Amino acid sequence: MSERLKTEFAGVEFKNPVVLASGTCGFGRELNEYFDIERLGGLCSKGLLEHPVAGNDGIRIWETPSGIMNSVGLENPGIDAYIEKDLDWINAKNLVNIVNLGGHSIDDYISGAEKLNRVHVDMVELNISCPNVKEGGMNFGTKTEVAREIVKEIRAICRHKLVIKLSPNAEDIVSLAKMCEEEGADGVSLTNTFLGMAIDLKKKAPVFNNVYAGLSGPAIKPIALRMVHQVCKNVSIPVMGLGGITTWQDAMEFIMAGATIVQVGTASFMKPDISMDIIDGMEKYVEAEGCANISELRGIL
Amino acid sequence: MGIILENRDLGQGFFLMKAEEKNQAEMGQFYMLRAWEHFPVLSRPISVYDADAESVSFLYKVVGQGTEILSGLKPGEEISLDGPHGNGFPELSGKKKIALVGGGVGIAPLHLAAKTYKKEDPERTVDIYLGFSGQPILEKEFQAVSDNLKVNVGGFVTDDIDPNEYDAIVTCGPTIMMKVLYEKCQRLNYQNPLYVSMENRMACGIGACLVCTCKTSGGNRKVCKDGPVFEGREVFGV
Repeated sequence: MSERLKTEFAGVEFKNPVVLASGTCGFGRELNEYFDIERLGGLCSKGLLEHPVAGNDGIRIWETPSGIMNSVGLENPGIDAYIEKDLDWINAKNLVNIVNLGGHSIDDYISGAEKLNRVHVDMVELNISCPNVKEGGMNFGTKTEVAREIVKEIRAICRHKLVIKLSPNAEDIVSLAKMCEEEGADGVSLTNTFLGMAIDLKKKAPVFNNVYAGLSGPAIKPIALRMVHQVCKNVSIPVMGLGGITTWQDAMEFIMAGATIVQVGTASFMKPDISMDIIDGMEKYVEAEGCANISELRGIL
Repeated sequence: MGIILENRDLGQGFFLMKAEEKNQAEMGQFYMLRAWEHFPVLSRPISVYDADAESVSFLYKVVGQGTEILSGLKPGEEISLDGPHGNGFPELSGKKKIALVGGGVGIAPLHLAAKTYKKEDPERTVDIYLGFSGQPILEKEFQAVSDNLKVNVGGFVTDDIDPNEYDAIVTCGPTIMMKVLYEKCQRLNYQNPLYVSMENRMACGIGACLVCTCKTSGGNRKVCKDGPVFEGREVFGV
């Protein structure tokens, strides 16, 4: 691997800008059976809470044209179990370890951030955008001034690099991103899933027990790309772009729209090592464009 | 990538596909099948019907976009065979009389199970009970791998079996069928093991995404990785 894709994000060095998105790659072990995860720039853990969560009942996945809807509901083993079972393993790998932190209440987020302060992680991605829990999650992330409280609190105590994961369901995603910058976040990532709905005609009932669920995949890419572009035009902290990235061409579109890092999520369900194809394609494209580094193509639009 | 050797239309939407494959699957395991690029997004988890050192076979039913594409594949064409995945049916050493109970397309994994259990102990009895809502399929094939085959059309296959005749029971089919069988075993004070194979909707198939979670007496389990086979009481005894 050449230096062409080497990327710096908030002072952290990534060997390439491709990161696996939270919730689609567990804690890295399963995908490491398919390819060497050290080839990735980084990996975002499954969303972790201070305490274990059993997650939602009923159907959790539904296919849509060009996408999927999920309603997992933050199922996770809790931060203690993660620290005990997975943290050393992933920290020993040569890639940026980003821990996604969720919560049902401000206290949850605070105690989670405090636990993470006691260990080494490369970056924390604060999930204020999960649409699949009745309290917390996205509710913290749709109104800028409500989100400000949680970002301020966590920024004050979190000793790690802090990236805020934004919801596309926000009332004003640009003002949300600006607020994160004002409150001292090291970066933002967007977008999480779009709130959607599916109805089972046979049962004459919603498919999901929670009624609404999060839509991801290629179906959302143009909207996510537009939001990333708008945010990049309005903040000076770096941005991780995600939403339906499936090919190297998609990834390059997000880079040109201004993203420093791109996250690959749903596409890994199509082919577990699809991120490797994306990295290879980006590398070839940057080389063919005669650029010494991918940053020459970043934010050119 | 595997090469399709055969893709036989069995009628009523059922197909039997055989493909080249060197990794020999065990009974009760499944593959994530895919014969398209990006759409539909998800691969299709399909149980192994039969396997040997050179090939793997799948019995599937056309129910949506993915299985529709699978049904159109011709011998010589390629298919992505990601697997085998999951913990299949357990060895049942010492069990002399085993029943396999299947409903609909859920009969698929019972074929390799019957063959394997017979090979494990040629002296034992392996009885198969199959339930169909329409015309039965693969009767000869199941006859060939069992000591007794009982086919139920349009009724309840769970009515046909007396659990207490058996040292172990293995079942795969609609969740409601497996639940009724579990409850019948409870009611009749059946003391031996009952194994059920779950088929929750999956996305990754490898234990990374948590969409196929099954809530069991032992807490959340991943159907793709911890299962798909569980003990009946783990799933239905909660």
